Amino acid sequence: MAADPSPKPRKADAERGAKTSRSPWREQAESYFIHHRKVARDSAVRMWRTPVASLMTWTVMGVALALPVALLLLLASLQGVSAGWESSARVTAYMKMSASLEQTQALAGEIGGDGRVAELELIDRDRALAEFRASSGLDDALDYLEENPLPHTLLVTPEESARSADGVAALVTFIEGMEGVERVQVDLGWLQRLNAMTDLLARAVWALAILLAAAVVLVIGNTVRLSIESRRDEILVAKLVGGTDSFVRRPFLYTGAWFGLGGGAVALILLQLSLWWLSGPVERLAGLYRSDFSLNGLSFDGAFALIIVAMLLGWLGAWVAVKRHLDDIEPGEIAGG
Amino acid sequence: MIEFRQVTKRYDSDHTALRQVNFHLARGELAFLTGHSGAGKSTLLKLLMVMERPSAGEVVVGGQILNSLPRRQIPYIRRHIGVVFQNHQLLFDRTVFNNVAMPLEVMGATPRDVGRRVRAALDKVGLLNKEKMNPLQLSGGEQQRVGIARAVVNKPPLLLADEPTGNLDPKLSADIMNLFAQFSQVGVTVLIASHDLALINEMNRRTLTLDHGNLIAGGNPLQGGAGGR
Repeated sequence: MAADPSPKPRKADAERGAKTSRSPWREQAESYFIHHRKVARDSAVRMWRTPVASLMTWTVMGVALALPVALLLLLASLQGVSAGWESSARVTAYMKMSASLEQTQALAGEIGGDGRVAELELIDRDRALAEFRASSGLDDALDYLEENPLPHTLLVTPEESARSADGVAALVTFIEGMEGVERVQVDLGWLQRLNAMTDLLARAVWALAILLAAAVVLVIGNTVRLSIESRRDEILVAKLVGGTDSFVRRPFLYTGAWFGLGGGAVALILLQLSLWWLSGPVERLAGLYRSDFSLNGLSFDGAFALIIVAMLLGWLGAWVAVKRHLDDIEPGEIAGG
Repeated sequence: MIEFRQVTKRYDSDHTALRQVNFHLARGELAFLTGHSGAGKSTLLKLLMVMERPSAGEVVVGGQILNSLPRRQIPYIRRHIGVVFQNHQLLFDRTVFNNVAMPLEVMGATPRDVGRRVRAALDKVGLLNKEKMNPLQLSGGEQQRVGIARAVVNKPPLLLADEPTGNLDPKLSADIMNLFAQFSQVGVTVLIASHDLALINEMNRRTLTLDHGNLIAGGNPLQGGAGGR
């Protein structure tokens, strides 16, 4: 099948054939790898050749990525705070008036033995009255009472693992079911409200993140579309000489991924800058509230994940553009009438 | 190598580019394809390159019927067909070497292989010393020879040329034709679309003549591939 005008190279060709046939598969894989590396490098070099345009695309992408990531980080910090408050959640169980101290002590032993309970304190009615007398200033009024109106009380501090809103609620149900317990009180309301709020915020942030990710895909898609237009001749020739669709697509997919890499890097820079800019005021504010609230930056893993996601988005955008526009370019128009 | 069996190509109801064309080209044969402008020369070449599909009949290249070839198989057929264009379709954003290397790159040849075969092809067309230049720096005749080097670099069994001498003076045209004749001598089937009748007469080869989509001369293969009209 192969035919060469001159007989000499033909002989050389036969020699080569013998050589490559030893491991054609390996040679094939090697040249495939080399080709990928070349295409990746070419795409990057092309991007460097138009630094301003590339930088603008990176910045657009960086802003679109930094915004949802910043909100997610803020959310994570807020959740950290609410977790801190949850740790101070305590369950108060009031015994029935009829319950004796012995009965209460037995119950305290039982509840204290539960795995979800970290600490348990029994406040008997006399001590409760004394404390109330001391703190309320109703000293005189209390003297008119014929008997102590306060029940025995158990103060339960949940174990670390049971400190979520659900965990605490379950513990409350458990204690309520015990005999001799009149009422269990826990100030879960505000905790639940905070949790509901952070849940809502999380959803809003994720919705925003998805919208912005779609915007990133479209921006990259459009940029790659322009790049396809400007390399029309090259695509035509590649298709003419037998380039497969994936061969023709490859440089553009790499271009998309490089845009993603640049965008991810810009997003990281923006995040670090705003963190640095906000950290002072946030510390002061938290100090005024005597809170240990602090803004957390991205961890190394988080930064790595951000870059990977950005590259995937860029790749996806390029893929959309390539799918839409590359198939339209067919060499039929070259040959003329 | 090439066979057209009752091939008709209709673009729409009132424009029929080819009507029941029948011919056969043997391996190593060199033939001209001629006819007035719009006679169907380009359509015939496009059918061979699977840029178009016939409306009726069969196009066979290297024993393979192209009609029902799946789209994804087209690139692999094109790797066996070298094409030379009138406007040569060179890329001006890369060197002569890289232009010629393209067919090898799409095949996934190793860099060592690419280097050797590109230089062999450039040597063949006498441009070995210009491999590092941009095609823009070359004359029209040289550009056309780069186009030919690119068409033959992967040693295709079939070489198509669409008006390869359209922009060249007679001396350069004759040089190019000699190159094509050399390729056919080593077994490459060459089909050249041209309306340069003086040149065609000088070469004295088989000539397929199209007129309004009908093949009016040269349809029957002649022994030895020479002397046809």
